Amino acid sequence: MASYSTSEFRSGLKVMLDGDPCAVMENEFVKPGKGQAFNRVKLRNLATGRVWERTFKSGESLESADVMDHDMEYLYNDGEFWHFMMTDGSFEQFAADQKAVGDTLKWLKEQEIYTVTLYNGSPLSVSAPNFVELEVVETDPGVKGDTAQGGTKPAKLSTGAVVNVPLFVNIGEVLRIDTRSGEYVSRAKS
Amino acid sequence: MTFSDQSSKRQWAPTCCLQSLKARAEAYARIRSFFQERKVLEVETPLLGSSTATDPFLASVTASLSLSSGQPGRQFFLHTSPEFPMKRLLAAGSGAIYQICKTFRDGESGKRHNPEFSMLEWYRPGFSLSQLMSEVAELVIRVLGIEGLQIKHLSYREAFNQYLGIDPFSASDEQLRQMAEQKTGIVSSEQDAVPLNRDDYLNLLLTSCIEPELGAEGNGSPALCFLSGYPASQASLARLAEDEYGQLVAERFELYIQGLEIANGYFELTDAQEQARRFQQDNDQRKQMGLPQIPPDQHLLDALTVGLPACSGVALGLDRLLMIKLQTNTIEDVISFPVERV
Repeated sequence: MASYSTSEFRSGLKVMLDGDPCAVMENEFVKPGKGQAFNRVKLRNLATGRVWERTFKSGESLESADVMDHDMEYLYNDGEFWHFMMTDGSFEQFAADQKAVGDTLKWLKEQEIYTVTLYNGSPLSVSAPNFVELEVVETDPGVKGDTAQGGTKPAKLSTGAVVNVPLFVNIGEVLRIDTRSGEYVSRAKS
Repeated sequence: MTFSDQSSKRQWAPTCCLQSLKARAEAYARIRSFFQERKVLEVETPLLGSSTATDPFLASVTASLSLSSGQPGRQFFLHTSPEFPMKRLLAAGSGAIYQICKTFRDGESGKRHNPEFSMLEWYRPGFSLSQLMSEVAELVIRVLGIEGLQIKHLSYREAFNQYLGIDPFSASDEQLRQMAEQKTGIVSSEQDAVPLNRDDYLNLLLTSCIEPELGAEGNGSPALCFLSGYPASQASLARLAEDEYGQLVAERFELYIQGLEIANGYFELTDAQEQARRFQQDNDQRKQMGLPQIPPDQHLLDALTVGLPACSGVALGLDRLLMIKLQTNTIEDVISFPVERV
């Protein structure tokens, strides 16, 4: 497997560190006028999502990680695995376990397209598109006339996610949600 | 159309703005008048050398050159600083001298580094290290054009005590290693042929945890911080002396402004034999690290044997000083064409 030296670390490069695949976020060359050169590197652990700050002696290298992002359509859950299908026309399917699906579970909707990160050919993580449209399955009855002014209430969506929505929202309505913040954006235009 | 372009669209265009070119021209004019007033002679020495610095952490760019056309090229080096030929001028009786020149350091590229950079280097026969530090401060204040800049002096020992709560001379290698791992997440690879040593850990702690704090007022505006009293093992070409605790330290200082290393000065080593020993030490360390051997600069050793007057000397990074002047943290903002665009 190829390896990369500290001088080749660019944002987005995928490398192996402590047995986990990581994506390089930042790489700063640090060298005193007299003395050893170092690289201060920020990496995101792709398995846990955690950000690591590490320092390397300049010139050291890390193995590249066999990590690729693919667009895939979510198909169904069989009780243990969540199944996705490539959208490149190959119809190839992949089964993601709970660890890979993680928090994205609450935004998973059939036929929606997700980014599935494959590590050594199996799903490592699943990330949601920035916006998804989901149906309200549970909330207090809507308050008529109250359209613009403040005030929110919790609403449970078809995926089980609970978000704060304006008071006028009713059960059965489809809402546009920002998955990055978990916030209500608008009613979906149908 | 704008003058400069840092995006990848117009690679032919400079990365620094016109104001930055003007600031550099103005800075050089101020430096030249500063030294003219003080009767320090401007000199030029070759960028090419038949030898180069032996420092294991400096890599020289090599150049092939033949002395007559058609002859096979011989290997020369582009200097990493004009120190050796300037010392030869001093030994020949030049008196106080300064030089503004380009220097080259292979493999040094980053936000604060360009492999080719501008240096101001000067030597003051008869000056002590503290006299030279005062002159450095005056020059920097002249170039920056800021009156009343705060000037602080800190010893290497005080800096480690103050920012890390550790004594850099009495702490064990193990303590330094643990602290460096905890503070910087240094990954010491076990298969490393040359594991990090005490000086590496000290340098790492200095650059990661101390430097960023040096040379700034409480509100972050620039101040001057002189760090001195380095461990004897980091003397490079400075003399050694005992400090007030009886600890052998290098008579060396570094100037920091807003966390940037700006200048490095020595009370210069004049002993030819000691110089030859240090060349040998460097080459021994190079061998261990699997780096090429650098033949000792015989011209320098011969000049030292004839006699270098007692002097202090300093090298100052002009690009970095301009970064302070223009308040930018990217070297691209102060040079016309960084290495990616040459």
